[in-house]
Amino acid sequence: MTGTALPVIGTGCADLPVLKERGQREVFCGLTGIVWLHRKMQDAFFLVVGSRTCAHLLQSAAGVMIFAEPRFATAILGDRDLAGMADCNEELDRVVRQLLARRPDITTLFLVGSCPSEVIKLDLARAAARLSREYQGAVRILNYSGSGIETTFTQGEDACLKAMVPAMPAAASDERALLVCGTMADVVEDQFARLFAELGIGPVHFFPPRRAAALPPVGPGTQVLLAQPFLNETTRALVARGATLLSAPYPFGVEGTTAWLRAAAEAWAVTPARFASAIAAPAQRARTAVARYRETLDGKRLFFFPDSQLEIPLARFLARECGVELLEVGTPYLDRLLVDPELALLPPTQLAEGQDVERQLDRCRAQHPDLTICGLGLANPLEADGLRTKWSIELVFSPVHGFDQAGDLAELFARPLQRIAKLKV
Amino acid sequence: MQLTLWTYEGPPHVGAMRVATSMEGVHYVLHAPQGDTYADLLFTMIERRAARPPVTYTTFQARDLGGDTANLVVSAVREAYQRFAPRALLVGDSCTAELIQDQSGALAMGMQLPIPVVPLELPAYSKKENWGAAETFYQLVRALVPARAPGAPRPPRPGGRPRANLLGPTSLGFRSRDDVREVTQLLASVGVDVHVVAPLGATPEQLRTLTDADFNVVLHAEIALTTASWLHRVHGMPMVRTVPIGVGATSDFLAEVGRVAEVDVSPALDAASSRLPWYSRSVDSTYLTGKRVFIFADGTHAVAAARIARDELGFTVVGLGTYSREMAREVREAAAAHGLEALICDDYLEVEAAIAAAAPELVLGTQMERHIAKRLHIPCAVISGPFHVQDVPARHSPQMGWEGANVIFDTWVHPLMMGLEEHLITMFREDFEFGDHAGASHLGKTAGGAAVLTAAVDPPATRAPAAPDVRVPSPAASLSAPEVRWSADGERELKKIPFFVRKKARLNTERFAAERGVDVITVETLYEAKAHYGK
Repeated sequence: MTGTALPVIGTGCADLPVLKERGQREVFCGLTGIVWLHRKMQDAFFLVVGSRTCAHLLQSAAGVMIFAEPRFATAILGDRDLAGMADCNEELDRVVRQLLARRPDITTLFLVGSCPSEVIKLDLARAAARLSREYQGAVRILNYSGSGIETTFTQGEDACLKAMVPAMPAAASDERALLVCGTMADVVEDQFARLFAELGIGPVHFFPPRRAAALPPVGPGTQVLLAQPFLNETTRALVARGATLLSAPYPFGVEGTTAWLRAAAEAWAVTPARFASAIAAPAQRARTAVARYRETLDGKRLFFFPDSQLEIPLARFLARECGVELLEVGTPYLDRLLVDPELALLPPTQLAEGQDVERQLDRCRAQHPDLTICGLGLANPLEADGLRTKWSIELVFSPVHGFDQAGDLAELFARPLQRIAKLKV
Repeated sequence: MQLTLWTYEGPPHVGAMRVATSMEGVHYVLHAPQGDTYADLLFTMIERRAARPPVTYTTFQARDLGGDTANLVVSAVREAYQRFAPRALLVGDSCTAELIQDQSGALAMGMQLPIPVVPLELPAYSKKENWGAAETFYQLVRALVPARAPGAPRPPRPGGRPRANLLGPTSLGFRSRDDVREVTQLLASVGVDVHVVAPLGATPEQLRTLTDADFNVVLHAEIALTTASWLHRVHGMPMVRTVPIGVGATSDFLAEVGRVAEVDVSPALDAASSRLPWYSRSVDSTYLTGKRVFIFADGTHAVAAARIARDELGFTVVGLGTYSREMAREVREAAAAHGLEALICDDYLEVEAAIAAAAPELVLGTQMERHIAKRLHIPCAVISGPFHVQDVPARHSPQMGWEGANVIFDTWVHPLMMGLEEHLITMFREDFEFGDHAGASHLGKTAGGAAVLTAAVDPPATRAPAAPDVRVPSPAASLSAPEVRWSADGERELKKIPFFVRKKARLNTERFAAERGVDVITVETLYEAKAHYGK
């Protein structure tokens, strides 16, 4: 079978000790997910119920200061709301009415909880239920929390998708159907849809859908294939509605994409010959594309700060397909259910869960990696210390899944190294 | 509860971060949940600072609530003190910490650290970023400047050159870096030395010596007025309030410095070196006459811009506003001088509507107004924060002083020229040589498909629309009911009017018709309106 003979490096990281740390965390909160979720579902609006900080985070962190009228906003709590002079629920209803009157194109409204709304125990679930009755048939109103006290960065997407699960229609039959979960660029979904069609796998639904009003069905025949490694709660909610999880590595690089597709192929009993022939051409393209950057990356020492939860799958891809040496792989949290297939492939390295950013910076500087993958707050200071960095947020915003993006993914890591080689200043 | 799409200012603790990051030897412990560290990137990415901001976040989580969040403050303060060895420590709450009421400032004070610890109370649900910066700077100065017996006279000034403090420049301050250099030179030109610049680049030790200077210069009232007023009230230090942005204001600034420092500034005024006055008198600038400008910025820059626009470039100010509520009085006064009512507002959508209704020919605003202007196809120049990566150009690019006036002339006039160029392209598109089928001339005859080329090169937002006037909502028309219509004749005649005044002609005619209850605009109406309004 072409492209499926995997090299075996050790026994992976499954049983290695994990460094668990607690301290200052240099990661975004779950609100940040709104930045890609609102672009994916163009009929949805995200209303954060929070503080000026939340609004400022959304416009600064995401680098989306284009100031068009966006499909997200913040209902900023004021003194009057906190002092109980204004009934928060009435105020929220007023803001929602104001918003929906302005945006008749919206079919789904997410009320998104924040740190302040959680602390004052503003019940957004009840608010959503109340407003849903008011807007019945016109706008579906859901709620989730993207607060920093409960969620880190990509967990916001998990919370958002989980909130949509109860609204998914029940599958008409127990017939087998594939549900691919996790936001990907439309172009990547289309590539996968073509591959699944060629493999005879179907029907295939993607979640989140491009239109929030068109939620895919779920039922006992639903086979869940995760495209993103941070959908723990969503997966559990889908399983509770009868779905089955297809355990697989994530579709990054040739190896990850092949294994991911194979998990679906096996569930559909696709013959090995058919599988091999369907993926042969794109896998070969991907190998050619990655090879171009392997030259730059081979033997380089990499250090991952925790950020998006993509760290473990990306580290696996970089180690096994690009030849990098992993010094430390940090991850905000480790959920074995979702990353065991990845850990089995990951060469032995220092895994770190949680963060004490000062201590981690000490370790990073002491090891002087060739490339450090970190958030925007740390990148320039590390560059100024003479380290090369790759800001991790680009890994969430760029199309990096699947065969035809494998080269692009490698390029994202090779670029800082190639750039520094070019500069003579 | 306020529905907010975009904000001009961050929360007040971000203002405190700006003060801490501006200074050396100061550290800020911020009681805050995970996620609030996003603010670091304002400094490391937008301002491209090479060091992390000197801020430690306690990073509490849901499971800590009701438990030991207070202990997190104590351990964060201890670790920050040991690791960073600051010479002054700020301690305060972010919006969420304010709700859980751990009294972080008091906790830190109770730790008996051998350095000044300044507790900050920045109400996150009523105040904003600039207020937070002003309050933090004030509390820090109050904590560090040695006490003075009430009523005691200021010690007589020692001989030698007078000395001034420059108060207000901060990290993430619009052109602060370059303005400091410019104002320092300006003061040197009248024999005044700069004693301390603060907060930008200052140390706690320097703040202790603030009162050794003879007077304070308030470069950014939003940040420094509270502190300068206190130094005036309690320490008897005079302050210079004129902000030297523009030629006239720079002259006034020097005159005020002359009075306060008792120095002769007339040689420096005679030697005033700005090119703005001559460039503005140069005949090619005639086309600037009466250009309608809309100004929206922080208070300091809005007031300064209005004066320059009218007195130094010959524009007509058709809108003036600010998001700085603390500066509302000053901006209202300035607006009244232009016969306008000031727009005091931090609602981006309201600002956008006001700009559309005023139909200006140039917008002077923040990065947010730049985007509004782009959508309305109006030229725009950025004159104030909120901060954007473009606001730290690699070159020296001040707003203040003589060189600042030069920079402003270029920055405001170039978009108008570019706007003109775009309109010319639109106009000449009707000529066969410039039609979409003709390739770019420098590519020779083989290069067909200019349409494809322009489509690839021109981002849609910058492309001039074929009919610029139809995109702008017509306030006159929308106010009148029934709506004013154009007859075919009238519409044809309107198209004969040169493109650069066509929009104004359309608006004026519609307003004229609406006011007189004319339903259909004919050729006659068009010329009656022209006679009525002149030009």
